[in-house]
Amino acid sequence: MADLAQPATRAVALGRKEQGGMLGISRGSRYTAHAILIIGLLIVAFPIYYTFVASTHSLQTILRPPLPLLPGGRFWENYTTALFGGIGRIGGVDVSTLLFNTTVVALAIAIGKIVISILSAFAIVFFRFPLRMFFFWVIFVTLMLPVEVRILPTYKVMVDLGLIDTYTGLTLPLMASATATLLFRQFFLTIPGELVEAARVDGAGPWRFFKDILLPLSKTNIAALFVILFIYGWTQYLWPLLVTNRNDMNTIVIALRKMISFADADTQWHLVMVTCVLAILPPILVVVLMQRWFVKGLVETEK
Amino acid sequence: MATVELKDVRKVYAGRVEAVKGVSISIPDGAMCVLVGPSGCGKSTLLRMIAGLEEITEGTVSIGGEVVNTRGPAERDIAMVFQNYALYPHMKVYDNMAYGLRNRGMDKAEIDRRVREAAATLGLADFLERKPRELSGGQRQRVAMGRAIVRSPKAFLFDEPLSNLDAKLRGQMRIEIKNLQKSLGVTSVYVTHDQVEAMTLADTLVVMNQGRAEQIDTPLAVYERPASIFVAGFIGSPAMNLLPAKGTQNGLALAAGGTVNPKETALPAPGRDVLLGIRPEHMTLVNDATAADLELKVTAVETLGADTLAHGYPLSSNGRSEPLIARLPGSVRVKDGDVLPLAVQPGMAHIFDAATGLRI
Repeated sequence: MADLAQPATRAVALGRKEQGGMLGISRGSRYTAHAILIIGLLIVAFPIYYTFVASTHSLQTILRPPLPLLPGGRFWENYTTALFGGIGRIGGVDVSTLLFNTTVVALAIAIGKIVISILSAFAIVFFRFPLRMFFFWVIFVTLMLPVEVRILPTYKVMVDLGLIDTYTGLTLPLMASATATLLFRQFFLTIPGELVEAARVDGAGPWRFFKDILLPLSKTNIAALFVILFIYGWTQYLWPLLVTNRNDMNTIVIALRKMISFADADTQWHLVMVTCVLAILPPILVVVLMQRWFVKGLVETEK
Repeated sequence: MATVELKDVRKVYAGRVEAVKGVSISIPDGAMCVLVGPSGCGKSTLLRMIAGLEEITEGTVSIGGEVVNTRGPAERDIAMVFQNYALYPHMKVYDNMAYGLRNRGMDKAEIDRRVREAAATLGLADFLERKPRELSGGQRQRVAMGRAIVRSPKAFLFDEPLSNLDAKLRGQMRIEIKNLQKSLGVTSVYVTHDQVEAMTLADTLVVMNQGRAEQIDTPLAVYERPASIFVAGFIGSPAMNLLPAKGTQNGLALAAGGTVNPKETALPAPGRDVLLGIRPEHMTLVNDATAADLELKVTAVETLGADTLAHGYPLSSNGRSEPLIARLPGSVRVKDGDVLPLAVQPGMAHIFDAATGLRI
């Protein structure tokens, strides 16, 4: 019966689509909707396109408006200079160093946060230990104390520990995260108690349960969190600004800021634009590559 | 395969709530023991204590002659089938069944042999590569069974395993579980609130109420000689009629009015307050009022085809709230307002003490 019914339903669905799609929206309003979407897309995309265009022209062309709307011929030259030649205003450091720094920082923050928070959520949800709720609330309260609020004491600690201008100093204070812990806690709470008990009957100890059941079930959550945290780490501004003095320890966002002078003539705009484009690329890549997982993590849980 | 023994098992929760108030059950090797009762009666708690998922406050649980109170669930060599199946959603059917064996460090070839054998028994051979979400409810139920079978444990524990299935499938799986349990000969404890399941599956039926075992016996004995009002009302559908009465010299004087003298029934001492219990199916329609024990004034009729259920009240009670139900053959035509002269079948009356609720 079901097999017979299926083609018929599909035919009905197709028929409706031809008449103007689901929900009975008319053709005209569909075009309008698309037009609005396209206009919105252009408004968002144009500055990025323009940045790219600017990154392929010489400084002279940029400084003499209007800037052409089409890419120029200095793509290769500008990009190699920026990536490997060193940029004067930031002490001759090249952009590839900056990219490397920022990648290390963003990855360390994302991975560190995920590891710490998934483990603490695991402890809080699945174990009964003294002061469990106390610890939960201690983690929870740190939500109200973001880096900016505790920045002076944190800075003092970093100086005392000699962690200025190190990757540890750049990432450690940003790692402990109440948000991610809460997210994992909420997810773990939705895991049916019977599943935990089935694992116990099947002879899985806490570590096996974590590795064989909890981690695979959390992978979409982890992926979504990774995307969010990678971008969070990539775009950090205030903390890297404070904790780095040496130019070769800067992240790309800080360097970008340093590359811009008040006087237009001092600023190598073409290199600034190249750096901008390069700064945007990795987060875009992460989002594009992990989009499927990211959406899955936000929408569904495999249960 | 082993016996399962519970001795005065009690469970008191942190808030001083006593969930199980001292239950002793002895299940012989290979038998199926069904715990039945309304929700909150402590049957699941008892099962979870046997499984080792819940700590035992007092008393002992022994499996195969060994006290297992302090052992974890994995060390008790039991397998459990859960109400929501509790399959690992990210694992294939094969891995779901193999997981417990792998954790015990069994060798791969043996695991493979056992899983394939269980899958063949359960008709799951074609589904081994599927994920649980791609299976129907009945198939998931089978996988959960398979996970228990591959382990060849000392005992199976079932926690309302059929309550998520539709009625037709439930009937079918009930028979399958019974056959499987019989052919494997594994001692089993089965928790349900469904009395049909309880009656059909049990070798030993334990009727639980408020943390106590009200009666432990074979299903038929429980039906034929319920030990208390609670058991009488719980087993049997529609429930047994319970009419307040008082013992007299020449029968039972119903509170509703009139006197009943059921045949082949030991009468209580005169003056004693009792409840007269008569199952709806144990009343027969007779020709005239003189031969009748009771007269039923019909207020509602359920025509089920095979049977006709006549709801109403004893004529003598004049409509006071004394419900009485009779199950009559489907061939009998009854309509609202009829007065039916009914005789209680000989020996089929049950008499309970009104104060204690226990059988006399």
